[in-house]
Amino acid sequence: MRQEVRSLDPLDSPGLLRARSSGAGLGTALSATLKRDLLMVTRRPGDALTPLMFFAMVITLFPLGISPDADQLALIAPGILWVAALLAALLSLDGLFRTDHDDGTLEQLMLTPHPLPLLVIAKVAVHWLVTGVPLALLAPLLGLMLSLPEGSYLVLSASVALGSACISLIGAIGAALTVGLARGGMLLALIVLPLFMPVLIFGSGAIVAVIEGGAWLAHLAILGAFLCVALMLAPWAIAASLRVSLHD
Amino acid sequence: MWAFFHKLGSPRWFYAIASRFEPWCWALALILIVVGSVWGLVFAPADYQQGNSFRIIYVHVPAAFLGQSIYIAMAVCGFVYMVWKIRVADMAAAMMAPLGAVMTFMALLSGSVWGKPTWGTWWQWDARLTSMLILLFLYIGVMVLRATFYRLESAARAAAILTMVGVVNIPIIKYSVEWWNTLHQPASFTITERPAMPVEMWLPLLIMVVGFYAFFAAFTLTRVRSEILRREQSKRWVQDMFREKC
Repeated sequence: MRQEVRSLDPLDSPGLLRARSSGAGLGTALSATLKRDLLMVTRRPGDALTPLMFFAMVITLFPLGISPDADQLALIAPGILWVAALLAALLSLDGLFRTDHDDGTLEQLMLTPHPLPLLVIAKVAVHWLVTGVPLALLAPLLGLMLSLPEGSYLVLSASVALGSACISLIGAIGAALTVGLARGGMLLALIVLPLFMPVLIFGSGAIVAVIEGGAWLAHLAILGAFLCVALMLAPWAIAASLRVSLHD
Repeated sequence: MWAFFHKLGSPRWFYAIASRFEPWCWALALILIVVGSVWGLVFAPADYQQGNSFRIIYVHVPAAFLGQSIYIAMAVCGFVYMVWKIRVADMAAAMMAPLGAVMTFMALLSGSVWGKPTWGTWWQWDARLTSMLILLFLYIGVMVLRATFYRLESAARAAAILTMVGVVNIPIIKYSVEWWNTLHQPASFTITERPAMPVEMWLPLLIMVVGFYAFFAAFTLTRVRSEILRREQSKRWVQDMFREKC
């Protein structure tokens, strides 16, 4: 039986199956999920690069559409950078569960004796590592091109890193709800974008604050608070949504 | 007491009980809205600063109240559905959603019609306007999500989850938008604190608010009843009922 399941998907980590069949601990299951998802990314690096390219290209559109004037760009740079990063993260969310849904891995995850909300955290963490963190690292470079004032780059990176973690968690709810639908991508944007608005406000607010000499740390602290709340509540909603999608 | 609530969970009993309350709700809504509109639009004194344009609050405020309350009511229904699997709760949530969206839209529209003579502009990125707009987006998301699922049960559960996620986010969105607004906007355009309204101004407003809530109750009962008939059309009691009527 085990042989049969394993032959269905060669990429499916043997650790995951072992965790299921031999009643291994939660730690094994979590690390198996993490390892498997990271391995999947290395096998298909294009999937992780697409949001980054999208981010860079959208940023390129703004000087073309508005004006190459450095002063004007600097004024709107915090907002543009954040909106573009948010859209790039949104673009990548659609694929968060899709391949796992199509090849049956999600069903395997649900069959493990371990709580689904915890396993889901591992998947979301990988998503953040391969989209949120690279976006945060790329943002200062694009900020430089938009002549963002000096001294705000570190805060820019930190706010994108913190905010994208919230986006991964909240967006995963939408991704889980739409994973079974044929054209889920557009619907995903429709249902999660309103939920991203507070993150956008404080994310770009932090950068504006550091430029104007305001309390940027307060903005980052609120983003951190959002992350804590999302980390507490979102996994339950994601797990429940996955169950809905798999039973449809 | 509990037996009554248990009965409400069954579509058949809900249908019977709702048919008894429904005419009263409609009558109450009709009387209150007619009295409130005539009083508010004709007899209430004009505002000394805004003149007659203030009268739009007799539609605007009740609509805004309903827009917010209906989302919360939907979340409560969604919770009841997810925990106890009571189908009537889901039908109620599904039937309320369009009314909530329309009320939110009406609040935005009447607000912008009022804003033109008062603020001199159709739209302001004011904290309240912006959070109402986001609320409208949340309604649309829930309705579109419900419509895309093929199976009724999946649609119900997905909509319930999204509504509950939304209701957790509503206070966060509200306060974020308020803070964003105070940071980015000069204070000149905030809504000026209205002086305490005289009784002859706020009494019709109160009547309108209660009337709108009665309308919401009546509208929901009527729509849930027809939805029960639609979803339960293959059930014995529905067919028996129609046979008696024919």
